[in-house]
Amino acid sequence: MLQSIIPLAVDALANAALIFFVAVGLTLVFSVLRILNVAHGSFYSIGAYVAASVGLWIVGAGLPDWLTFPALLLSAAFVAALFGPIVEKTLVSWTYGKSEAVQVLVTFGLFLILEDLQRIVFGIQSVYQDTPMTMLGISEIGGIVYLNYQLLLIGLAGVVLVALRLFITRSRTGRLLAAVVADREVSEALGIDTQRMFMIAFTLGVFLAAIGGAMATPTTGVAPGLGADTMVLAFAVAAIGGLGQVEGAAIASIIVATAKVLAIYFAPSLDAVAPYLVMLAVLLVKPYGLFGSGSTRKI
Amino acid sequence: MNRTLTLSGVALIILALAPQIFPFLQFTLTIAIAKGFAALGVALLLRAGLISLGHAMYYAIGAYAAAFMAQKLGITDFAVIMIAATVISAFFGLVFGLFLVRYRAIFFAMLNLAVSMVIYSLASKLYGITGGTDGLRVAVPTIFGMELSKDAFDGVLYYVSIVLVVALGYLIHRYLKSPLGNALSAVHSNEVRLEYLGVSAWSSLLTAYTISAALAGVGGAIAALSIGHVLPEYAFWTESGHLVLTAVLGGIAGIAGPFLGSVFLELIHTIAVGFAAEAWNMIVGVALLVVIFFLPRGLFGLFERLSGQKATDGEPKL
Repeated sequence: MLQSIIPLAVDALANAALIFFVAVGLTLVFSVLRILNVAHGSFYSIGAYVAASVGLWIVGAGLPDWLTFPALLLSAAFVAALFGPIVEKTLVSWTYGKSEAVQVLVTFGLFLILEDLQRIVFGIQSVYQDTPMTMLGISEIGGIVYLNYQLLLIGLAGVVLVALRLFITRSRTGRLLAAVVADREVSEALGIDTQRMFMIAFTLGVFLAAIGGAMATPTTGVAPGLGADTMVLAFAVAAIGGLGQVEGAAIASIIVATAKVLAIYFAPSLDAVAPYLVMLAVLLVKPYGLFGSGSTRKI
Repeated sequence: MNRTLTLSGVALIILALAPQIFPFLQFTLTIAIAKGFAALGVALLLRAGLISLGHAMYYAIGAYAAAFMAQKLGITDFAVIMIAATVISAFFGLVFGLFLVRYRAIFFAMLNLAVSMVIYSLASKLYGITGGTDGLRVAVPTIFGMELSKDAFDGVLYYVSIVLVVALGYLIHRYLKSPLGNALSAVHSNEVRLEYLGVSAWSSLLTAYTISAALAGVGGAIAALSIGHVLPEYAFWTESGHLVLTAVLGGIAGIAGPFLGSVFLELIHTIAVGFAAEAWNMIVGVALLVVIFFLPRGLFGLFERLSGQKATDGEPKL
C-alpha cells in the first residue's frame, strides 16, 4: 500500500511546488495592488524560456554543468528586473482606482503582447533543457525510485513559503507591504510610499512566476501556449486558497496537484478537468476560497 | 439618434454589398458577425459592470449544439438548428447564471472562467460525444428541405446573419430601453439604491445573463455552420478575453459597437495574416491598450464624435 502511495505523494507535491510559485505570485500581487494580473502566466513562460536558453548556452559553451543551477535563479531574477518595475510603472499603475473590467482588459492586452513577443524572440518550437534534472540523478529508498530534482522542487517551495512569511512578518519592507494591504489610505497618511510598495510587490510577483517557469523547464520543457495554460491553473489555485492568502495558495496548490495526480492515475481522461472541478466545488461552497474573506455583493 | 440610425443603415448596406464586390470577404464577414453576436452578449454584462472571462463557452455551446444536431441526431434543417442552438445556449446560461450572477467584480470574472474551463476540458476529453480535440464536422444543412451546395449555403447564411443582426439588434435595443434593461446600468452605478427601489438586481442580472448566453449561442451556431468544423478551442479562456476585447474596442454604448469592433478586428486580421502573422496578437494587444487609454467609448464613440455627436449623460461606461 505504502509502496504505491509514496510515489503518488512525491509526484503530487512536486507538481504542487511548481503551481505554488506562480499562484503565490498572483495572489501576492492581488493582495497588495488589488489587481488580478492576467499576464502573470506570461512571466512564468518567459522565465522558462530564459532559463532554458541560458542553460543551453552554458552546456553549449562547455562551462561546468553545475552552473545551470544558479542560472535558473539568475534567469528568474533577470526577468523580474527586466519586466517588473517597467510594467508596473507604465501599464499597471495607470489602472489603479479604475474598474475591474479596465484592469482585466489592460493586463489581457499585456498578455497578448507578451505572447507574441515570446514567439518572435524564442521561436515557436519547444525548448527542452534538462541538465539540472539529469545531474541530480535518482535515489532509491525502500525499493522506490525518486527523481532527486522533484525532491529539490518540494524543498525549494517550502523554503519560498517560509521565506515569504518571514519577509512579510519580520522585515521592514514586508511589514510596510502588510500595512498597505490592511489599509491603503491610512498607510499613505502615515507616510508610507505606497507607489514604491506597489512596485516592490509587483516585481516580487513577477520573480515568483519566473522562478516557477525556470524550475519547470528541466522537467517539462517550454512551448508556445504554456503561459495561457499556466495562467488558468494559477487562477484556480489562487481562487481556491482565497485571493491574497499566501498559506492558502500553498494548501490549494497541494489540493489541485493531488486532484490532478489522482485523476492521471485513476481517470486519465479527467486530468485536465480535475483542477477546475475542484475550483468550482470549493467556490460554490466558499466563494472567497478556503481562507479568503470578503463580501459577495454590496448589500 | 436619427443620425445614428442613418449611419447604421449605411453600414448595413455596405455589409450587404461587400461580398458582391469582394467575394473573398464573405467568410471573414460571416465570422465577424458571429463573433459580434457573442461580443454583444458580453457588452450587455459590461453595462452592469460585470466582466465575464468565460463567455466563449456559450459561443462554443452554440457551435457544438449545431454540430451535434447535424452529425449525431440527423437534424439537417437550417432554421431548426439555429433556433435549437440558441435555446440550448440560453438554457445553459440560465442554469449557470442561477449561481453566477450572485457574484460581482473579480469573483464573477473568475467563476465564469472556471465554468468555461470545465466546458473546455470536457469538450476536449469526452471523445464519444464531442469528438475530443479533433472536434466535430458540421455538414451543410438543408433549407426547408432544399439541399444546397456549400457555396450557395454560405451566401444564404451570410444574408440570414445580416437579417439576424437587424432583428436581434432591434430586440436588444428595445430591451435596453425597457426598465429591465435600464436596471443593468443601475446595478453598475448604485446597486443598493436599485434594491431600495424594489427592483431585484439578481433577477435583472439573470435575465441579462441568459440573453447574453443566447446571443453568444447564435454567434457560435453561425460560426459552426460557416466554418463547417467545431473545436474545443472555441471555449478556451483567451477566446473569452478576445470577446471582451471586441466589445470594448467597438464600444459598449450602442448595439452597433460590438459588431463594429468585430468587423474591424476580423478585417485587420485578414490583412495582418499576409505580412505579420507572428505579431497578430501583439497588434491586437496594442490596439486594445490604445482604445482603453485614449478612446474610452470605443470605435463607436469615435464614429459618433466624428459625426458631431456628443456623449449623452448616463451612457454606460466601463
